[in-house]
Amino acid sequence: MSDYQLIVVGGGPAGMAAALQAHEDGLRDILIIERDHDLGGILNQCIHNGFGLHHFKQELTGPEYAGRFISMLKDTSIKVLSNAMVLQITADHQVHTVSAEHGYQVLQGKAIVLAMGCRERTRGAIAIPGDRPAGVFTAGTAQRYLNMEGYMVGKRVLILGSGDIGLIMARRMTLEGAEVLACVELMPYSGGLKRNIVQCLEDFDIPLYLSHTITHIKAENGRVCQATVAQVDESRCPIPGTERIFECDTVLLSVGLIPENEISREAGICMDPRTGGAVVYENMETSLPGIFACGNVVHVHDLVDFVTAESQKAGSAGAAYVKNTAPSDGSTVTVHNGTGVSYTVPQKIRTGRIDKTVSIFFRVVRPCEQCHLTVSCGNEVLATFKRDRVAPGEMERLTLTKDVLEKSDGTITLSVTEVSQ
Amino acid sequence: MKQITCTVCPRGCLLNVDEENGYTVTGNVCPRGVAYGKAECVSPVRTLTTTVSIRSADLSRCPVRTDQPVPKAMLTDVMALLRKVQIQAPVRCGHVVIANVLDTGANVIVTRDIEVKRHEGS
Repeated sequence: MSDYQLIVVGGGPAGMAAALQAHEDGLRDILIIERDHDLGGILNQCIHNGFGLHHFKQELTGPEYAGRFISMLKDTSIKVLSNAMVLQITADHQVHTVSAEHGYQVLQGKAIVLAMGCRERTRGAIAIPGDRPAGVFTAGTAQRYLNMEGYMVGKRVLILGSGDIGLIMARRMTLEGAEVLACVELMPYSGGLKRNIVQCLEDFDIPLYLSHTITHIKAENGRVCQATVAQVDESRCPIPGTERIFECDTVLLSVGLIPENEISREAGICMDPRTGGAVVYENMETSLPGIFACGNVVHVHDLVDFVTAESQKAGSAGAAYVKNTAPSDGSTVTVHNGTGVSYTVPQKIRTGRIDKTVSIFFRVVRPCEQCHLTVSCGNEVLATFKRDRVAPGEMERLTLTKDVLEKSDGTITLSVTEVSQ
Repeated sequence: MKQITCTVCPRGCLLNVDEENGYTVTGNVCPRGVAYGKAECVSPVRTLTTTVSIRSADLSRCPVRTDQPVPKAMLTDVMALLRKVQIQAPVRCGHVVIANVLDTGANVIVTRDIEVKRHEGS
């Protein structure tokens, strides 16, 4: 059995940032386990720009952003085990892996960072009626085919879901010569960034149908030939009579991302059903001591820059755990979601572990303008913040001071309320 | 007065551009919004990101981008030109594939280090 101070599961942006930060903080025996041949994760297929404005103060493409971390790794003692799948982790920090090169191995870490990222929700998960032909792809799969493997997936394309990957693929497919007929969104607002609506849809005159969904997919000779789109009512049920037919050979699905947590669950880590990721403390530690999690495996981020920052926190905490330099816990405060808030990360804060302040990331349930964020304990309001505009597609953050947390009785509730104009 | 969404960064400020008064920009949070708002009304530009064919590599496409924005109206012309380009592995990030593409002043550069193929048949 090999021993490492820190084992990082996943070599995407989260895993690389966590490993580099742990190295910076003094650990030397660090292993990153990656299932692909190359490091970089999903960034390798995200060839568009817009990455790195926060972290590098520069606008980079996905491969460039990943490339910077890959070169930083080369100057360290961090080891990489690629083409290897992690099958199991245990509460006592064993990592079971399998790879063609090394076979089945059980590795022992003093600490573990989970950075497995997320995967796309598929057609099965959203149950679109109709035939089951070729030509229905998740947007990310189509992105990999097109940008890395060189396959054009279709000529007349309909996109379901207006998440960022769907919007980016609308532009990519158009530039590559396909006709993108429309982007169809179930909700009355887009889940993607506004800049992507502008530069991916409006730039190419691709219509966005809000409050619409695909109600039927029809096939001819085993390939998509038609999709029926209908408007939906407030409870998201299709309205009869509003159907329109699109003649298309391809349907791309951009209908959400799911943190990939099979091994976390099996290890007995406490999960948050709202994020689909582990419940984490202020330093990204999970319910199992010495096992940390960061990036999209904890909650789906909008920007890789935020993944990097969160993962550096996890890497640092992992190093402190190994060196046994973490301060004592103090009292623990649980963060509850109040009105208008869909989730928060972290979910638990150990007041002894924070310096002066703690950042809480959260998402709102629906778009809202001119609103108040309220942090309360029982009926007592501990702090309020103002926001001009919030939307579910854009992760929000607020900073709480230690004395606010110390005023609570062990739970605080975060809520969003619209200020009446 | 024209309303446009700034695409310089993910924040997406809603800009008001006064076309009759020297393209004065309001609603921006940072100075880049001023430049974007004016350019968007006078001559819109975009950074193009796409791929070119690559030989002797594990994958068949190599990601590239223009190293500065090019006129929006020329995106399809640049795409048509890049469709005919094939490069050879290994390549380094920053390698110039086409200098001064279609006289725009922008170079098309590689955005990823790509090594030569590791295994035959993979």
